[in-house]
Amino acid sequence: MDPVLQVNQLNASYRKNKVLTDVQFQIAPGTLTGIIGPNGAGKSTLLKVLLELHPRLSGTVSFFGTTYAKAKSRIGYVPQRGTVDWDFPTNALDVVMMGLYGKIGWLRWPTRKHRELALQALNEMGMADYAERQISQLSGGQQQRVFLARALVQDADLYFLDEPLAGVDAATERAIMNTLKLLKEQGKTVLVVHHDLQTVADYFDHVFMLNRTVVAHGPTADVFHQNNIYRTYGGTIRWMGEKSG
Amino acid sequence: MILGLSHNAQWVLASTLILGMAAGVVGCLAYWKRQSLMSDALSHAALPGVIIGFVLAGSKNMPVMILGAAVSALLGAMMIQWIRTSSRVKEDAAMGMVLSVFFGLGIMLLTWVNRMPGGNQSGLDSFIFGQAASMVREDVYTMAITALLILAVSLIGYKEWKLYLFDPAFAKGVGLSRATMNVIYIVLLVVVIVIGIQAVGVILMAALLIMPSVSARYWTHSFGWMMVLSAVFGGVSGLAGTWISTMGQGWPTGPFIVIAAAALFVLSLSFGMRKGLLVIALQHRAQRKKLSGTAMSSSAVQRGGWG
Amino acid sequence: MSYTGWILLTASLVGLSCGLIGCLLILRRMAMMADAISHTVLLGIVIAFLITRELSGVHMLIGATLAGLLTAVLVQWLHTTGVQQEASIGIVFTTLFAIGVVLIATKVGNAHLDVQHALMGEITFIPWETVELPIVGAVPQAVLMLSSVLVVVLVVLLALYKEWKITSFDPALAASLGLPVVLLHYLFMAMVSMTTVAAFDAVGAIMVVAMLITPAASAYLWTDRLAVMLALSGGIGVLSAFIGYYIAAWLDTSISGSMAFATGILFMISFIGSPKYGMASRWTKPPEPAEAPPRA
Repeated sequence: MDPVLQVNQLNASYRKNKVLTDVQFQIAPGTLTGIIGPNGAGKSTLLKVLLELHPRLSGTVSFFGTTYAKAKSRIGYVPQRGTVDWDFPTNALDVVMMGLYGKIGWLRWPTRKHRELALQALNEMGMADYAERQISQLSGGQQQRVFLARALVQDADLYFLDEPLAGVDAATERAIMNTLKLLKEQGKTVLVVHHDLQTVADYFDHVFMLNRTVVAHGPTADVFHQNNIYRTYGGTIRWMGEKSG
Repeated sequence: MILGLSHNAQWVLASTLILGMAAGVVGCLAYWKRQSLMSDALSHAALPGVIIGFVLAGSKNMPVMILGAAVSALLGAMMIQWIRTSSRVKEDAAMGMVLSVFFGLGIMLLTWVNRMPGGNQSGLDSFIFGQAASMVREDVYTMAITALLILAVSLIGYKEWKLYLFDPAFAKGVGLSRATMNVIYIVLLVVVIVIGIQAVGVILMAALLIMPSVSARYWTHSFGWMMVLSAVFGGVSGLAGTWISTMGQGWPTGPFIVIAAAALFVLSLSFGMRKGLLVIALQHRAQRKKLSGTAMSSSAVQRGGWG
Repeated sequence: MSYTGWILLTASLVGLSCGLIGCLLILRRMAMMADAISHTVLLGIVIAFLITRELSGVHMLIGATLAGLLTAVLVQWLHTTGVQQEASIGIVFTTLFAIGVVLIATKVGNAHLDVQHALMGEITFIPWETVELPIVGAVPQAVLMLSSVLVVVLVVLLALYKEWKITSFDPALAASLGLPVVLLHYLFMAMVSMTTVAAFDAVGAIMVVAMLITPAASAYLWTDRLAVMLALSGGIGVLSAFIGYYIAAWLDTSISGSMAFATGILFMISFIGSPKYGMASRWTKPPEPAEAPPRA
């Protein structure tokens, strides 16, 4: 099958520091991939560059065999929870409906149909009871579930999630992972920036190990082993040792 | 050229020089506290205090008016802090509110005072845009001495400031009280603002705190040199602006000081050795050459030359 | 209409347009941009005057809107070169404003353009500068201009309501959905400039800032719905105009200054008394546990 995402020779820098060097990989459809790597490895930057939220220096990226601009409606993105202001005067249902704005189009207002779609997505995340609640009054885990519901209503074929499990409770973690596995079973492709090495083997069928460039990428059973983990994280530890010394 | 001025004018020039230096140094602290616009809010907030000071003293008594300005600016600072910490309203909105509401109150009081007999001759209007020429000898002394004091406090505590601004958590660890430093910082900021408003005016005083420090950043990476350069830029701006404003009848001082500071900023932005635009452009060019060098040579071989 | 009626209408129109725009301003954390733009429109007005030699509404509106956009562009540009956002705002607006003041003080020297007027407005003169309109008859020029601006603000706000909401709440998502976030930002800045300059002539720069930020911040303490916040903010703006006018009449002082002060009074009432997000909410109800079941 054709890859849903094909990246060639991608280079990017962040505030004058080179963060990504010659990143090259492809993602097969229907996979659930965990992106792991130490702090500063460029995980979030990689997502932002792929979604054209951050400029790239060179390289090519193609989604579903075409450009990002043309494939946009088939791609869903869940940013880190900390990137928005949760005091914004709005409720959970409204935030989920924002995922539909791309489909609603210019100058039109959301209708009852959109409202129902959003409610359904909240329900799938076990959040239907909180639909009318002001978002600042939700716990961290609940906020993350609202974000995921928002991605669900986008009804995309390819999802990017940036640290969706950071700082959430166990129930939310289970709910999110069940949803992601369900998406995968429906034939969708999911990429998740992940930080907890303990759970990688349980959660993801593919793993993508990044430290400024691709260290290893493949089925979890094949590539997620001691040697690659050391190659991904070990270099950083040595570098930190040098700096403090 | 400056020697041709009257004795009083020379004194005024000297005092705006010192004021500019003090503002430059305190501006550095504000820059690294990331509170550049706080100075704008506080200088506007000083206006009602100036007028109340005038009413209480019954005449244009500088020390009383400066005291009034300081009290009202401090009150403004406290309000910003209070609103920010105990409600969902963010800092930018809190500053905007304090700035405009206090200034509105100031204008209310000013209009009211100007209607009183003799109020119109008070010269209070000059506090809005600054009129260095309206300063009398005592005002000049007050301003110059206070500015020197501010300079002294900033420089004596140089290494403490550095620690406090760069790494407050560590500073606390070595026994430097953050709360005390916060208080000293706010007091310095407020005092430099209130002594400056007669010469520069409440509306533009912030510029004298913001621009010299940002300009200095383009020439050095060292905090110490940044303070020195910022003082120099501030001093030169104060001197040049005041001097130019003496050349026209009734020209306000503040705007000319700001334009002088802005000119220094544009120079620094363009030609500064650290991250100046010219330097960055040259670096980019060099980098592109190096980067494209390898790619070019291979394609050049294919095309059979540099043609 | 009576003299007082026209003044109250003018100020209410200012309160309404500023209140609406202000909500988005504070939600986008751009309150200080409003402060900056309210000062730099002065330069736009002066330059428009220097070029056309007349002080007509349309020229001023165009000049000031361009000056406002220039401010937004310059601040953004300086920020990308590595200057802190706050410092960039401070540098740009004080410089442009100082140039405006110097141009007035040295070159223009015209009785119609003085800085005092720019800062405090001349709302007392507004009822006398009228234009003839069909059907309604003589209407103050400022009222006509403010009404037109209010209509534009309302149309743009409502037509792009969900776009404003999403770009204010989550610009990254908006961009990934394909919305032109940058274009919307500058469209918004243009609206702020336009509102500012229309209000500027009537009430001056500082009261514009008060009217833009304070009613919106007050409304923000009363509600969790953006639509309600917009309506409340507009209402508080109008109420401030009325309270301010009567304070000024009572003390015989500056009308625009009193109106700015009145917005502050209404904010303090909200800040202390709002049962939702004011101080009162802390005294009346205990903090809600995060994982509590919904009240519904």
